[in-house]
Amino acid sequence: MSPIDFFIDLLNPDLAFLPKALAVAMMSSVVCGVVGSYVVLRGMAFIGDAVAHAVFPGLAVAFVVSGNLVLGGTIAGVLTAVLVAVLSQNRRLKEDSIIGILFVAAFALGIVVISQAPGYAGSLQQFLFGSITGIPDSDLYVVGGTAALVLLVLLLLNKEFVTVSLDRESARAMGLRVFWLDLVLYVLVTLAVVISVQTIGNILVLALLVTPAATARLLTDRLGIMMLLAPGIGGLSALVGLYVSWSWDLPTGGTIVLVLTAVFLVAWLLSPRQGVVARLIVARRARGTISAPTPLGVAADPLRSEPDMTDPVPPEPASQEARP
Amino acid sequence: MTAALEVSGVSVDLGGRRVLRDVDLRVGRGELVALIGPNGAGKTTLLRSILGLQRIQAGRVLVEGRRSGPGQTAIGYVPQRHEFAWDFPISVAGVVATGLTGRLGLFRRPGAEHWEAVADALDRVRMTDLAERPVGQLSGGQRQRVLVARALALRPAVLLLDEPYTGLDLPAQELLGTLFRDLAHEGRAVLMTTHDLLGAIDGADRLALLNRTVIAAGAPETLVDDPGLWTSAFGAGPDSALLRMLKAAAR
Repeated sequence: MSPIDFFIDLLNPDLAFLPKALAVAMMSSVVCGVVGSYVVLRGMAFIGDAVAHAVFPGLAVAFVVSGNLVLGGTIAGVLTAVLVAVLSQNRRLKEDSIIGILFVAAFALGIVVISQAPGYAGSLQQFLFGSITGIPDSDLYVVGGTAALVLLVLLLLNKEFVTVSLDRESARAMGLRVFWLDLVLYVLVTLAVVISVQTIGNILVLALLVTPAATARLLTDRLGIMMLLAPGIGGLSALVGLYVSWSWDLPTGGTIVLVLTAVFLVAWLLSPRQGVVARLIVARRARGTISAPTPLGVAADPLRSEPDMTDPVPPEPASQEARP
Repeated sequence: MTAALEVSGVSVDLGGRRVLRDVDLRVGRGELVALIGPNGAGKTTLLRSILGLQRIQAGRVLVEGRRSGPGQTAIGYVPQRHEFAWDFPISVAGVVATGLTGRLGLFRRPGAEHWEAVADALDRVRMTDLAERPVGQLSGGQRQRVLVARALALRPAVLLLDEPYTGLDLPAQELLGTLFRDLAHEGRAVLMTTHDLLGAIDGADRLALLNRTVIAAGAPETLVDDPGLWTSAFGAGPDSALLRMLKAAAR
């Protein structure tokens, strides 16, 4: 199917669910890309995964009692995040063990709850792997409103989140409420997950949080640019993924994730500084095999190819500075 | 006259154990004091107590005559380098600006006068040329200077440095040592923990020997003549390499 046919289908009133699915998928990808930047930079991927699973019992309860899915998922996700924060106070167990216990427990609870609904196998599959049909109009507003709220809070608290992410002890010394800021960030991750679950599914949503942000990180050393690139990559991948899945009759969630992964792999190979190809070219130039400037302009980077003239201190290997 | 930093009678319990007992320490403006002691002597706990991050069971900490607590702006804190996320995508100037986050408060963005403070701080540690560089590309000595600049952005009266020399080679250490002395002599009270005894004796105006409590504090040349102090602080024997080294250094 050509992109033009896809566009015509989007306008076809008989296929009204398709533009709705596209809108929801793109909005959630954009929000996940921005929130995911912090998930990637702070090494919170496991917490992101946990929250994604933890929203499931809330969705299940809301589904069984025909309540609001976003509200149900948010409550369950936030409860789990608070429980992780509280139970982690016991220093004998590391935080990742607590997270491991809680999120599987939450997921198990969700399965038990949803089994109480008649004909649950179909709805279970919908929750786990996503579905582009059956999105009510009201969801468009809920998703749009939630997305705007998440982005607004991130914008307002950006300075604080950056400060805490850089170094927690100094942030505390400055008087920042580190625990509360962490909790707000968890809630934002939860909200981003909840609005994405509908189209992409509970299991695959982690890819929306992590993959576009990780891709963006490969391409830039500026947080601001990263937080623009990540939602851009996420939104475009959602569009391409939906098109591919619609054309070849493939599952939407899975296709979007595979598109995201392909973009990530391309960036990993070709990114201007950290990319594999760039490193190979620099290594070759150092040996004198290639003498002309490369089209990527990589080896022309003065920071990499010339000794640092501004400081008498020789650079140390970065690994010595790596955080434990 | 009150000192810029005044710690009096501070005791701290951690996990039911008394780790600091009746600590007295004064650092005046214009003075660089090196806090030395073996691992587990309570150096970090003392710094945390001064910052108001550690609950103290007894005593008090006065900064510029006022009780210290989180969010005060009279102390600039420079943590150990490994506490900081150097892989974060942010420029040198961006990091220094985060030093003002607490003062700005919620929802406020830095204005012209704040960026001026950032520029002054960068200038003071001679990092202006690297202001736009991502922090991940800096050397160890440059990283330490960025952290100092972040603390200086508040224009604090007191500067706390936690192990600034760890993991640096000698030229970088000497460069930083000169910077710290200058920062003190310009009128700040600088307190630095360090394991580098030679550097401390060479550069500091006074040493404070800590092991659960302040065993002695004074000018380096007076302290090195009393082996008993070092024996009780470090458990060093009368003929230990430590004491021989100290004597040689003081000469």
